[in-house]
Formats: sequence, C-alpha cells, structure tokens
Amino acid sequence: MDILITGLLLGGTYALIAMGLNLQYGMARIMNLANGEMLVAGGFAAFWFWTAGQLSPFLTVFLVFPVAFALNWLVYQVFLRPLVKRAKSRGQLEVDAILTTFGLSFVSVGLMLAFFGGDYFSYSYLSVPVHLFGSTWGANRVAAFGAAVVICGALWLWLSYSRAGMTIRAIAVAPDSARLVGIDVRKMAALAFALGGAVTASGGALISTFLTLDASTGVMFTLKALVIVIMGGVGEVRGTIVAALLLGLLETFVATVIDPGLTLAAAYLLFVVILLFRPQGLFGKRPT
Amino acid sequence: MKRRTFAQLAAFALAAGLAGPAFAQDTLKVGAVAPKTGPLAGGANVSYWPNVKLWVEDVNARGGLSVGGKQMKLEVIEYDDQTNPGETIKAVQRLAEQDKADIILPPYSTGLNLASAPIYARYGIPMITSTATTDKAEELSKQFPNVFISLGGAQGIAKGVVEAMSQLKDKGEIGNKIAMVNVADAFGIELAGVAKPAFLAAGFQIVYETSYPLGSQDLSPVMKAAKAAAPDAFVAFSYPADTFALTEQAIVEDLQVGAFYTAVGTAFPGYGARFGAAINGVLGVGGVHADGEAFKAYAARHEAVTGAKPDYWASAMVYSTFQVLEQSIEAVGLDRAAITAHIKANSFDTVIGPLAFDANNNNPSFWTVGQWQGGVFKGVASTGREGAVPVEKKSAWK
Repeated sequence: MDILITGLLLGGTYALIAMGLNLQYGMARIMNLANGEMLVAGGFAAFWFWTAGQLSPFLTVFLVFPVAFALNWLVYQVFLRPLVKRAKSRGQLEVDAILTTFGLSFVSVGLMLAFFGGDYFSYSYLSVPVHLFGSTWGANRVAAFGAAVVICGALWLWLSYSRAGMTIRAIAVAPDSARLVGIDVRKMAALAFALGGAVTASGGALISTFLTLDASTGVMFTLKALVIVIMGGVGEVRGTIVAALLLGLLETFVATVIDPGLTLAAAYLLFVVILLFRPQGLFGKRPT
Repeated sequence: MKRRTFAQLAAFALAAGLAGPAFAQDTLKVGAVAPKTGPLAGGANVSYWPNVKLWVEDVNARGGLSVGGKQMKLEVIEYDDQTNPGETIKAVQRLAEQDKADIILPPYSTGLNLASAPIYARYGIPMITSTATTDKAEELSKQFPNVFISLGGAQGIAKGVVEAMSQLKDKGEIGNKIAMVNVADAFGIELAGVAKPAFLAAGFQIVYETSYPLGSQDLSPVMKAAKAAAPDAFVAFSYPADTFALTEQAIVEDLQVGAFYTAVGTAFPGYGARFGAAINGVLGVGGVHADGEAFKAYAARHEAVTGAKPDYWASAMVYSTFQVLEQSIEAVGLDRAAITAHIKANSFDTVIGPLAFDANNNNPSFWTVGQWQGGVFKGVASTGREGAVPVEKKSAWK
C-alpha cells in the first residue's frame, strides 16, 4: 500500500513534468529541449510570489499559466514558425527544432541567471504530514498529485471531446490532410505549443513546493520528460499518464524493496524494454 | 530602453578605451573560473562567486594591493566553466595565455580543483584551494608543490561526525542505533566509506544503510525505511538538493531521532530560511566560529556588498584563502614561485582565524561539524579551531 501510494504520488510529479513536452512534441511537432527551463521558470515564479507576498503556489499557477502561454506562443511565432515554414519533411523539422531549442535552452538558462541569480530557490509550503491509509505523506506532494489529476484530466477531456481539441489531434495525426478540411494548421500548432509550455510552467510551480531547483536544473527535467513521452507514445495524453505512473511505481518499488541506488537503473531498463518491444511507445500507433 | 542601453554601452566602451591605457599599469587582472551553470552552479553561487566580488571590493576600497611600493587596483575577469572540468582547464589556459591575468584564483569544488591542478602546476600558479575536500594532500603536494588544501578531507569530516555523535551517546542523550545514507557520488561514497568503520569502532550499530542516485526526485522511500529501522540518530552524506529533500521528508514523516545530520547544503543560509525553527539542533558538515567578531564582521560586509548572506562553512574559507594570497602578494610581489614559498613558510591572519599550512601544504585545522542553534549554524567540532560550542540533542521537529 505504501509503495502504491508513494509510487502514484511520484508518478503524478512525473506526469506534470512530461505532459507539456508531450503537447509540444506530439501535437506541435517541436522537440523542445528548452522545456525544462520553462519548468524551472514556473518554479521560480512560485518561489518569488511565495517569499515576496506569501501567495500560495496553487494560486500562482493561475498567473503562471497565461503568462507562460503568451511567452511560448511568442517563442513559437518568432523562432519556430520559420523552421516549420521551410521544413520539407518531418525529419528536417525535428533536426532544426532540436538545434534551435537546444540553443534556446542556453539562452533561457542565461536569462534566468541574470534575473534570478544562480542560488538554489527553495521554500517550505504545505510540508505537513497527511495521514492516509495508516501512513504519512507530504501534503504538498498529495496536493501536487491532485493538481496533476485535474490538469491531465482536463487536457484529456478537452482533446477528446472539444472541437479545438479534435482539431489539434487532427494536426498531430495528419498535418497535410488537416489543411484540406479547413484547419488553420499554423494557428493550431502555435496554440498546442503555447499550451504545452503553459502546462510545463504550471507543473514547475507545483513541484517547486517540494523540489529544490536552481537555474541550471532544467535539463534534468527535460531528459526525464523525454523518456516518459517516448515511453508513453508521442502525442498520446493517456500514454504519458500511464508511463509517468508506471515509472513512479517502478522507482518506488525498487527503492523500497531492492535498493534506492538502483532506481535510475530500473527506470532506464524499463525504457529499454519498452523501446525493444513497443518502439512506438505504450499507446503509440504503429507508423504505417 | 534598447537605445539607452546601447548608448550606455558605447559610452562605457569609449571611456574604457580612453581610460584603459592610462591606468593599465595600475591595475592587476584577477582571473576567476567556476560554475555559473551546470550541476554545481547553485553551490558556487552561494559560496564562491560572492566572495570573489567581496574580496575585490574590499581590496579596492583600501586603495588596492601594494605591489613593489605601488598601489594596484584589482579588476576581475570571470569565466563560467559550466561545471565541466575540460572548460575549467581551457579557461585557466586562456587566463594565463591570452588575458595575461596577474592573479588566478582556484576553481570551485573538489572535482574541478583536482582536475585543474595539473594546469595550475604547469603555469606555477599558487593554487590555494578553498572548496576541495580530499585526504590526498600528501600525494598532491608531492606532485604539485603549488597546490594547497584548506577545507579538510573525508577522514577529518567523517571523524567529526562520529565524534559529535559519540559525545551525545556518552551523555546518554542518544542510543547507539544509526541510520546512514549517502548520495551515490564521489563525495558521499567516500565519506560513507570512512564513517562506517569509525561508527562501528565507536560502539554504534548501523541499523539502516543505503545509497541513492544523484538527482533523485523522491526520497520518501529512503526516509520511510530509515524510520522503520527506528534509529537513534540519522546521518546523510548528501548534496544540497537531497539535503533539502531529506530534511523535508524527515519533518513530514516526523522522524524522531536525537541527532540528525545532513552534509552539503545544511550550512547554507537558505536552509535555515526554509525550515525555520523546525531545524533547531540539525547537524551538518562545516561550521564556523559564528559568535566570533571576525566572522560577524565578515558576514555583515558580505551581505552589504553582495546582498546575500555567506554560508556557514566554505564561504569564510574561500574569503580566507583570498586573504592569504593578498598578504603573500603584498609581502613578496607577483612572482608565482615566491608567493608559493611564502605561503608555505608563514601563518596568515584571516576571517576564520590563523591559517597555516603543514609540510604537505595542508591546513590541519578545519571545521568538521556544525549545528543549527537558535537560527545560527555554529561549529561544534573541528580539528583544532577555536570557538566550538557544545553539541546539543535534536529537539522535536515542531
């Protein structure tokens, strides 16, 4: 029971880290290597509002979300749209996007150093125990898990049942055909990218309540997100959620039953096994 | 906005260009290389960079360094090595060859100092390390006679922990059951390796022992398992991010121990700011003579100049080694070999007290354990420093 809940809580954290990248990579087709920096920026916003004005990170999210949305939309329009325009194939776009966003990640680290400084930013919020099923968990982790459920659930519902969501799925599946049925692919791709960035930044604000971040930690989260997105299947919201939970459960199981030193090894073993047997990811569709 | 910035830059460039040659002979170039990005940037930004700024400000405020009867102001050239040893080495080369820096400060962290020791040796630069912990001072100084070690080694640090715990045990304040964890990285592995036999020899029983990977996002399984083993004391040889995470988990799980020790990061002012009164009695690596006038004056200047508080371990040591360099240069000038010889031969008055090196270029007296007492992290164990306060039993988290 302990393992199950601890694992689910960690899985929720992972889902928050990976969901934004899934939108950006799966829907907008931009392999965004600067994703982790957006997460750290969101975390910093939460830190700043908490230390300066005692504003709860769970309220800061409502501020971080629109700001990050606007910022990512701008980034897409300025830096990434020219790439999309001139790319002749998906492969070319991928290479261009990786190079560009790799550069952007350095720029963002530099900007964050200039504005926030290089110190660790950490604060205590809701670090009180919650008693559930005869054991204790940090309230901030439980709350972040709840937020992850809300965010992921809302995204899944929106993508599955709303018109805009369906349009975004259409551009993810077949960008060329989508144009034929009157979808403004560029606009929707920009929207998906901005939404992904906003989700990532909100995730950052939420997980900063229990993780210690600094300006340079972004790349660690990008890597983790990448692993989860690929395991779950690119462009699959359900896949990302399942992969994140699976990873959380596995890491907790290994840490509790075998040895905490082996969590990383176990995570990458799972990654390799999934790639070997389902290269398209857990929920991904086989390329035709 | 943009135009104004440009205008300012242009004016600055012009002024520098005009003023440069006239004052060129009256300034000394000080080169500094350390992480501003990468995994160790957080630590370097607490303990290293502010001291470079403070030292240069302090020296310039006094009118500069007196070299050969002439007052020379300092001018800093900073490089970011991205926590990458290859970049550290390149930056040192660049400082020596292209920038022609008169003084080159040592880099940050054990790994980067050891990796760049050969290049400092090649140029004969006196390298008074202040953030490297190593037991290999003897071998190092044989190979690189210009390298000095000031922050101590794993032996001293681990023995300090055992000593502090033994004091509590002898007073009957804790039992003999210890839970010991470490980060699976050179620092944590080395310290755990030294501490384990020392704990056993001191009559402790290790009831839980494990390591966890660097960058672990969830340490609650570790804390739950440690708690289940019902220890009397908890010891973690940890890095800053996990120091914070373990402490938070201990509070959440309400780990009831009479002694709680975490390593790097415990001495950071941010640690005290984050956890407040809950961490009263927490032990950590490092410490300073926090009630001493020298440290208090230093801390006040540090905050005034850099806007941040110094940490209670390496910060003062970093500044002290700069003072050693400063006093040596004023005594013998800029000749690198002469500076090295002077440092070997003399004792220096610094903010951490007198600093002198033994035959192996090692500073034998350093702080090993500190404890948060009433909002200040005070040194409780050292290898011969003055001002240690008695170690106290950890009270309840709330």
